[in-house]
Amino acid sequence: MATTVHDSPKIDVGRLPSQGSGNGGWRNRVPADGDLRRVKGSSPPPSSTGIWVGLAAITMTFAAFTSALIVRQGSAADWQHFTLPSILYLNTLVIIASSVTLEIARRRIATFMSGNKIEGAAPARWLYVTLFLGLLFVAGQTFAWLQLRSQGLVLATNISYSFFYVLTVAHALHLLGGLGGLVRVIGKLNRSALRRSTLNATAIYWHFMGGLWLYLLLLLRMKL
Amino acid sequence: MAKLFAVVIVLIAIGSAIPIIMHTWPLPQDISVHGQLIDEQFADTMAEAGISFLASQILLAFFIWRFSASRPSDKIKSFPGGAMGLVIAAFLLVGTEVLALGVFGAKAWGSVYLTAPAADAIPVQVQAGQFAFYFRYPGPDGKFGPIHPDQISEANANFFGIDTTHDQDSKDDIVTAEMAIPVNREIHLLMHSKDVGHSFYVPELRVQQDFVPGLDLSVHFTATKIGKYEIVCTQLCGLGHYNMKAYLEVKSQEDYDAWIKQQAALQ
Amino acid sequence: MHDMSTHAVSHGAPTSFISKHVFSLDHKVIGKQYYALALVAAVVGMFLSWLMRIHLGWGSYAIPGLHLLSKSGAPGDVMTPEYYLQLMTMHGTIMVFFVLTTAPFAAFGNFFLPIQTGAEDMPFPHFNMMSFWVTFVAFLVMVAGFFVADGPSLGGWTQYAPLSAVGAVGGPGQGWGVVLWAASIGIFCIGQLLGSLNFITTTLDMRCKGMSLMRLPLTAWAWFITSIMGLTAFAVLMPACILLILDHVAGTSFFVPSNLVIGDHLLPHSGGSTLLWQHLFWFFGHPEVYIAIVPGLGIVSHVLITNMRRPMLSHRVLIYSMGALAVLSYMVYGHHMFVSGMNPVSAIAFSFPTLVITIPSTIVVLIWLGSLYGSKLRINSASLFSLGFVSMFISGGVSGFFLAQPSLDIMLHATYFVVGHFHLVMGVAAMFGIFAGTYFWFPKMTGRMMNETWGKVHFIMSFIGAYCIFMPFHYLGMAGNVRRYQAFTDDYLIPLIPVHKFITVAAILTGFAQLIFIVNLIYSRFKGPLAPNDNPWQGTSLEWSTATPPPHNNFGDKMPVVYHDPYQYSVEGASADFIMQTSPEKLTNPHEEK
Repeated sequence: MATTVHDSPKIDVGRLPSQGSGNGGWRNRVPADGDLRRVKGSSPPPSSTGIWVGLAAITMTFAAFTSALIVRQGSAADWQHFTLPSILYLNTLVIIASSVTLEIARRRIATFMSGNKIEGAAPARWLYVTLFLGLLFVAGQTFAWLQLRSQGLVLATNISYSFFYVLTVAHALHLLGGLGGLVRVIGKLNRSALRRSTLNATAIYWHFMGGLWLYLLLLLRMKL
Repeated sequence: MAKLFAVVIVLIAIGSAIPIIMHTWPLPQDISVHGQLIDEQFADTMAEAGISFLASQILLAFFIWRFSASRPSDKIKSFPGGAMGLVIAAFLLVGTEVLALGVFGAKAWGSVYLTAPAADAIPVQVQAGQFAFYFRYPGPDGKFGPIHPDQISEANANFFGIDTTHDQDSKDDIVTAEMAIPVNREIHLLMHSKDVGHSFYVPELRVQQDFVPGLDLSVHFTATKIGKYEIVCTQLCGLGHYNMKAYLEVKSQEDYDAWIKQQAALQ
Repeated sequence: MHDMSTHAVSHGAPTSFISKHVFSLDHKVIGKQYYALALVAAVVGMFLSWLMRIHLGWGSYAIPGLHLLSKSGAPGDVMTPEYYLQLMTMHGTIMVFFVLTTAPFAAFGNFFLPIQTGAEDMPFPHFNMMSFWVTFVAFLVMVAGFFVADGPSLGGWTQYAPLSAVGAVGGPGQGWGVVLWAASIGIFCIGQLLGSLNFITTTLDMRCKGMSLMRLPLTAWAWFITSIMGLTAFAVLMPACILLILDHVAGTSFFVPSNLVIGDHLLPHSGGSTLLWQHLFWFFGHPEVYIAIVPGLGIVSHVLITNMRRPMLSHRVLIYSMGALAVLSYMVYGHHMFVSGMNPVSAIAFSFPTLVITIPSTIVVLIWLGSLYGSKLRINSASLFSLGFVSMFISGGVSGFFLAQPSLDIMLHATYFVVGHFHLVMGVAAMFGIFAGTYFWFPKMTGRMMNETWGKVHFIMSFIGAYCIFMPFHYLGMAGNVRRYQAFTDDYLIPLIPVHKFITVAAILTGFAQLIFIVNLIYSRFKGPLAPNDNPWQGTSLEWSTATPPPHNNFGDKMPVVYHDPYQYSVEGASADFIMQTSPEKLTNPHEEK
């Protein structure tokens, strides 16, 4: 497991865009004849559109869970309110911190990728910190679930617990996906095969998971 | 092929219209008070739908017939008015149609669902369960005793789970497997599901309403014609769904009173 | 040194059999895999419908061999009531998900969207490959329902709670059958999301030089709009299925209220909301039916334009209409719930957008009719099925007029009127769109032509047959014939049985006509006459500018450059009666999109 990348990648800034579609390179060039429509100044790489598309789907999923919670709470009087395990607040700080470390990592890597070497920058290091914080978050969530379980409060105990588990587990599963993305980014960075768009997309996803957690925490605090 | 196809379209269009015009399978007879509004709405919709259907299918057939015979040297012609003309036509024709149908339809709907039952409506409780309807009349005290779900038992024929020993109001309740109502009296039907979703449908009464487990729903209606009708379940409830029905007898007031007395004696 | 700016999607041509035909990253192969899956699903779904129809017409008769399908479901080859409902549930589910959502969108869209936009492939080929295999696994899980002890679920493709959520006490198939159903659909949702991700990013980011959004053909627009709907709708169905599974396996009460008594047992659940399932399901369910039909609108428009030798009266209006249908489709879902017990005022609220959605549908039909006027219509199997689609869409749409009004829905809800409506407007119309696309694009996908004579026979039999089956459903519904009944025992229904017998005969005959199509398809794939050239229909869009079948990266050495709007047919002063999008010829009088 390399913690440093040996050489900054060689980018030839004067190089023409590749011969294929995507990345907008073609669409800027107006040929000598014919009526070409200028499409856009430059097209974003597909992963930056793709990540928002994916996040839109995830938003709809959690919107569905939210409306299920609201409707279900209003439909019967059997909702048992409970206090959220306090470790959740610690986990919240952890996930916010992980977004901060990810941003630090992102800036360092961007600098690195544009060819500037900063002494002792070790761009991958902050990615590892983010990864660690992400795992710490999941561990903390697991602790919360186990804590409730040891008190005999499981999925079927009451509808409020059902929603608590469903929402937090669904979030954690999506976060695990984000962790996988981080591992992939680290791997590519170590092989000097990382594209900036990949890094950005992974970062957007990660921040979204943090934001989603804040939303869920608020929802659970207000409703549960 | 094109001409054959065009002829087939016209035949199908006209053929589809014939059973409607000839009333081959008419709507069931209307024995309700509110049904007239519904049936008028139905007829209006059928006229508009029928004209749209026939006109567009015949036009389609005509265009297929005519323009499949174009020659390569023919020039392409644009429909008069172009796209904008058609868009405007769609908005004006269809737009006004739908507004009219929507507004008048709301009236018909509201007369059924947005009016309260009359104060002297006869309350009848109906319970739907896999796979039968049972009915309960409140008896002389006019009150229904509470339902105890844990005491519901088909085996003991205690369909509503009523406790006549402890609940005063239950003592005179009358439970039947058939529903009888007096003609020209408003009925307030209180709907309760024992297990899963069911529905109460009497086509002649122009009434259809789902039973929702966990919700206390009700409808009210008045029957205007003496006779025997069927109540059928229309919400898929399991393997016996097709067979889940009960008879609704609309009787004269005297016959109804006699029937109630008879049923009370059987409790 | 390693090149950091490796191309977004270029993946080298595969070499092994597995990477070429099984786990392929190539959108064209994935499209064909989806098509094959849809074909198998359609045959299964049609076979199930035959069994249902035979039973409805001749209920107590033994269907020879049926006990082989299910010993408990058909002892002595006579179908039990529950088995009818189980077959019905699987018929609806398989047709809606694995045929109507798969073929027009995933099959043709995967094959042709990147080509029509001028891309080498979709931007996320691994996700794309996963989307097919996930869908395939979903199909296997669905079919597995036939092999569990109790059989598949009997609750209908709509799986209303609490019947779907109470477990095995609800009836045969309501235990494992429902869990498998919900798991399959949940898995299916994931496959769809992966696919939609690719479709959307392809359309937005992977267009070649000169291909602006308005220059995309109508099929590309239809797939794009459908993928946006799919993204939002399937993302809601999946959580609903998860909650349903939890009610089964984890003892939760999302959908099961308190105090339910089945078989004299009080169920342990409490507080669940029955209507919650309906809201979640139909929020997905209504956009789903538009997901099933919008690609067909695109395909039919595209095929008709090529065969009319003129563009539609307005390209833009068709795009906006498809967009309007998509947006409105989210506002109308309550029309499935008019008599469900939801607030009666909501019924009025839902009925207005439902009536309004007639307007873009009418616009689309009028534009088609108006464009037929003055055209040079070519008749072939593809154009016939497209014209048939128009007829079916009109018929099915007109019956929607009735169902959009809650007061009429009192009479028509849960009757055969509804079944006739959705079979015509969605089932048959979408199938016709699939057939049109097949006959049209077969030469490009395989390099051979399908047999035109048999195509026409297939068409006229299917057209007449479909009307013979589904038009009578409307009359049955008006007479009060309730749906989802395995037999007609009520006094007022018995006189209608002869109509059912007629329908059954029509259904079997129409089904056999589909065998003509399947034989034509398979035979032509291997022995059909070679396509005369790369552009046998003289089309203008990008798929006709490339080799037949297209090479691995779709366009070979040179990516296409687009100079024209799509559909420059019969342009005044042009050198030919069609100008391809890639032709550099300058047009003095091009058809501008209005």
